[in-house]
This record gives sequence, structure tokens and C-alpha cells, in this order.
Amino acid sequence: MAHGAGGKASRRLVEGLFVPLLSETAPQTLSDAAHVEINGAALAITTDSFVVKPLRFPGGSIGELAINGTMNDLAVSGARGHALVATFILEEGLPTEVLEAEIRAMAGAARRAGVCIVGGDTKVVEHGKADKMYIGTTGIGQPLPGVKVDPASVRPGDKIILSGPIGDHGITILLARGELDFEADLSSDTRCVLPLVEALASVAAPGIHWMRDPTRGGVATSLNELARDCGLSIALDEELIPTRDAVRGACELLGLDPLHIANEGQFLAVIAPEYAEPALAALAKVEGGDGVCIIGEVREKPAAAVLVTTRYGGSRIVDMLVGDPLPRIC
Amino acid sequence: MRFVDEFRDPEIITRTAEEIRRLSESKRHYRFMEVCGGHTHAIYRFGLKDLLPENIELIHGPGCPVCVLPMGRIDDGLSITQNNNVMFTAFGDMMRVPGTHGSPLEYKARGADIRIVYSPSDALKLARANPEKHIMFFAIGFETTAPSTALTLMRAKAEGIKNFSVFCNHVTIIPGIRAILDSPDMRLDAFIGPGHVSTVIGCRPYEWIAVNEHKPIVVSGFEPLDLLQSIVMILRQLRTGEAKVENQYKRVVPWEGNRAALRAMAEVFELRPYFEWRGLGFISQSALRLKEAYADWDSERLFSVPGVRVTDPRAAQCGEVLKGVLKPAQCKLFGRECTPEHPIGALMVSTEGSCAAYHSYQHRKELVTSVQQAA
Repeated sequence: MAHGAGGKASRRLVEGLFVPLLSETAPQTLSDAAHVEINGAALAITTDSFVVKPLRFPGGSIGELAINGTMNDLAVSGARGHALVATFILEEGLPTEVLEAEIRAMAGAARRAGVCIVGGDTKVVEHGKADKMYIGTTGIGQPLPGVKVDPASVRPGDKIILSGPIGDHGITILLARGELDFEADLSSDTRCVLPLVEALASVAAPGIHWMRDPTRGGVATSLNELARDCGLSIALDEELIPTRDAVRGACELLGLDPLHIANEGQFLAVIAPEYAEPALAALAKVEGGDGVCIIGEVREKPAAAVLVTTRYGGSRIVDMLVGDPLPRIC
Repeated sequence: MRFVDEFRDPEIITRTAEEIRRLSESKRHYRFMEVCGGHTHAIYRFGLKDLLPENIELIHGPGCPVCVLPMGRIDDGLSITQNNNVMFTAFGDMMRVPGTHGSPLEYKARGADIRIVYSPSDALKLARANPEKHIMFFAIGFETTAPSTALTLMRAKAEGIKNFSVFCNHVTIIPGIRAILDSPDMRLDAFIGPGHVSTVIGCRPYEWIAVNEHKPIVVSGFEPLDLLQSIVMILRQLRTGEAKVENQYKRVVPWEGNRAALRAMAEVFELRPYFEWRGLGFISQSALRLKEAYADWDSERLFSVPGVRVTDPRAAQCGEVLKGVLKPAQCKLFGRECTPEHPIGALMVSTEGSCAAYHSYQHRKELVTSVQQAA
């Protein structure tokens, strides 16, 4: 299961097996979407699958995730998604109302994200061979003009921008499973971040060096991947990282680190320092952009590591997530 | 956030760190053991070592229940999953701990019915909901978690729930501390006493440490300010040549402990004559088992288990690290064969294990230092 949790094992699986066997050309930097050129037309393509349990949770459902997740992968690769195709794997006996509710959720999310669903496929498997329903979506889009996301372009002094509070989605799901006897006023952050990315690109396109949506494995895992890819240090200031009290409280109780918790409606961007102020100003004007902030910067050392400075001057290295976040007991 | 932020206030923390500097004698080298794995985790997570003078050394103690559990017990517990219809339940900490033939998570991947629960009463809930299965709770922990296991067993008995049992690995903290103090290669100046264990047992059981061993012990909370204040209290005792038990964690720990919890434990458990601790060997009267009256809920009596003693891989030095004789990075396997993804010893698994904490937060210490200089 660790291979699917988005942390170190996931990365090893991709780099150790998929890339060497499936990529004819030399392995490139791994990112959220591939940019390809077909007969002179520049295109971006990505695919994602959704296996969340429960299917519905405060703030969203699997249908919305399936649209927003793929749109976000395209957006943070520097592309606007134009069309999606969807695959459904349904467990025998799934009530029609459940399926219909998710199709409606997808239609609504697609409308809000400004993308068309242009095709799909459905398979039904025997009862017990799948957990209710799985959705896969593949998205195709066009690169945003002037945006080139490349970890090799990241420089010391670059600023790290985060779009809003972290951990809402992961903790919401954990609580929605009903296995913990506590409740919190919290909902998933699932949304399409394309409007924010476009606003950023409109004022800072040449200054955008890297972007990522910190889903499974959280902010810590995304930034560790960046640190490894660019060989530099990511220095975060703990005090600047927005985290809701409900998320902090749940993490304190369960022994989890909010930096390792999944998000479904946030993105991280590394911006050349001279673009930071205009970028923040432009993002603040977009709906849903009021939580955007700078959480740290790129430094030369320690190489290939993420370092968090605590409020009172202590510091700690934050590694990628290992396996699933498991609550500790005492 | 209330009850958390007050104990992380930068200004008070800075002032307390200054107080520590003022109270410590620069020519003296101090060795304090934090007994509890929760403290180890907090020390790394909050970067507290950066705030302490170099001559104060914190030694990680044996208070991580997952870490002190010998591999043979894990094998025994997992062997029960070979019986038809058995569901193995345990806390999340246990899930990656390696047994001879794999961790609970690996057993799960091979088809065993293994579930994470957040409390023993969740395991009992599963027993009520799945009458056709036998639900086994693999119980670990010191006196912190033992009362909830006891209460769950009392409820199972009262309700007559027969498809539930406990594989009991509960250990008690005092014999563990005694074993550390008896170890000839151990030189300690004082103890940071366990916080959560003391909510149950209170402070009295530590008095022999002060009286007989002449070492200060301060029961401490888990926030940065708690730990720093406890160090201040220890240093004050050392300056005056005193040795006594003090309670820094008064907001949670009553001096006499939690009598209701102790009563529940006394109702259900009795001491085992001896029990093996990883790294420390067999310690007499250091662990709990179910009393005869609860035999029908005792996995060890209901199922036959191999009961084989399994030694740790020879190269792994978990024992020395557990006793505080070696620092995690001084183990031959640390960060090479043994990592959080591929743990060989349990200290690399639990976030309270000193190796995992050290690996996650600290082992690139030289790099951390370079950043501070750059900043």
C-alpha cells in the first residue's frame, strides 16, 4: 500500500520500474503532466485515478476530485485543461443513485473548471472485486503562454508560494471514515486551481520556476521532490505555513505532521523574488486567492533537503512521507 | 490553539533557554535521560537540541512500547492470523514493525485480515459487528494504554462477548528504568520522567530513584516549554545537590495517579514473573498478563503460539541504542540497511523510536548547522 501513498515508495516505483521500462527516451524530470508536441501543436496531457473512501465527504466527493485532480495536474505543469475523458470501474450492485450523484458532481465540477468531458468508458467488476467505484480521468490541454516549469531553473533566493491552508482534505477524509471518535468543523479543499495559476501566470509567467499540487504525501513530499530535483535547500518558516486549528488539533492528537497531509485544492509555486510581490497582489484579487502566502525560500544549503525553522529558532529536517501516515498511540 | 500555543510561546521559550544556560555549569557535562518515546519525538520535532547548550546531552530512554517489544512476540501475535476467521487489530504504530516473516502490513498484503484501531474499544466494536469472526487485539504500551485495555476486557466480560481476545504485551515502566540504572555502562545525572504514564501511576513510584539512586527526576509534559522547564527544574536540583521527584506536568498528572485506572488494571491484570524486553533482556515482574478470571479473553490461552525467542539481526545494535549507550547514528546499520522505509529494528519504525526520530529530523545535523550559519 505504501507504493500508492504518494511518498518515497511511490517515487521509487515510478523511477525504478515505470520510467525505465516505459520511456524510450532518456528519463526526464518527473512532473504532474507531460508536455508533448504533435505536428507542431504543443499539448499537455495527464492522467489520474481516484479511489477515495468514503465516496462522499464534507466539501466534496469522488466525482469532484476526479475533475479537479486532473485539471490541477495540468494547471501546475503550466497548462490549461481543455478536454477530459473518464473511466469508471464499478462494483456489481452499486446503487444507481450513487453513480448518478457522482456523474452530477462531475458535471458540476467540470462546468466550474471550464472543461468538457468528451468521452469515457465503463467496466463493471464482480461484487467484492472493487470498493464501490473507482474513477480515472485523462486530461488534455494547452500550455499557458510563457510558463516553463522546470526544477533546473530554481535558484537560491526564489520564494515559495502556497495557495492556502494545508491538510484540510486529508484530515477531512480521515474523520469522514468514522473510525475516530471525534468530529471537527472541517471540509475538503477540493477545487480547481487553474484560475489561480492563470492569475499568477498573467503577472509572473517568466518568474515561475516550478509548481506542484501537494496531494498525497502533502507539502513535505512535494518540496522534498523539488529539493532532490534541483539539489538545493527548501527553507520553510513554520509560522508562515497556514494551518487551520481543526487540522492542527487533529494532527496533535493523532501524532501526524500537517506537512504530510494530503491537499486537493492547493498549489505550491517557486517564484523568482522580483516577481513575488506582484504575484501575491494578483492572486489576492482572484476568488479563493485570499489565503495565498509566502512560506519560505530556496537556499543553497543544506543541499537537497527541506528544513523547517520553528517559531523559537529550533529547526528540523522534514522528510518525505514514508508509507501512509499512521497515528501513534501515546 | 488553546493548551498548545501557550506552551510554544517563542518569548517564554527563549527566556527559559537562557535560564538553562545560566543554571548549567559550563565545565560540567550533563547526561539526562528522557524516559518516554513521546519526549524523544517532541525533542526532535521541535528542534529543542538547538536551544540547549552543548554540554547538556539528552539520552533517549526505553519508553517506546513498540521499540522494546521483542520480535518473538510479534511473530507469536501474527501467527494467530493463520487460524481461520481471526481478525488481527492493533494501533497504527505496530503496523510497520517487522516480524521474522514480515510486518502486520505485509501480512495484510498477503491476505490476512489486519486492521488499525485507535483504541481497544474499537476492536470490541468490531467484535460486536462481526460475530462470525474472532477479533484479537494486539495490546502494547506501558501504563498509559493498559487501563483502556483493562476497561475493554471488563466490558467484554460484562456483555459476554466471546469472539474477542487480547494478546497482552503491556509492560510497566519502573522495572525498565531500574534495568537502565543497573546497567554498568550507564552514567546518568537525572531523568525527565514520563508524562502520560504518570497520569496513571502518579509520581510516587519514582521516589526510589531520588532516595536510593540520588538522581533528580522531573515528570514532564510534551510541549517545548514543558521540556525546557523540566530541564530548568533538574538543573536547579543539581545546583543545590538535591535529588527529588518533581511534577512539571501538574495540569495533567496528579501526584497520586489515576485511582480508577489503577483499579481497572488490578481487576484484569497480574504481573508476569518475567518478560523479555528488546535490548534489555529478561526483566522480572516487568509485564502484565490477564488474570485467570479473564482466561476466556486471553489470546495466549485460546490459541497456540510458537513462543520462540527471536534474536535481533546480529549487526543491529538496537539494544545499545535503547539503553542510551549508543546514539542512533552510531549503529552500524543506521541509515544504510536500516531506514524508515526498510526498518530492521523497531526503533526505526515508530515515530517515537529514537532511530526514526533521529533519521527524520536530525541525521543531517551538520547541514542544519550550516543553514543556521547562513541565516
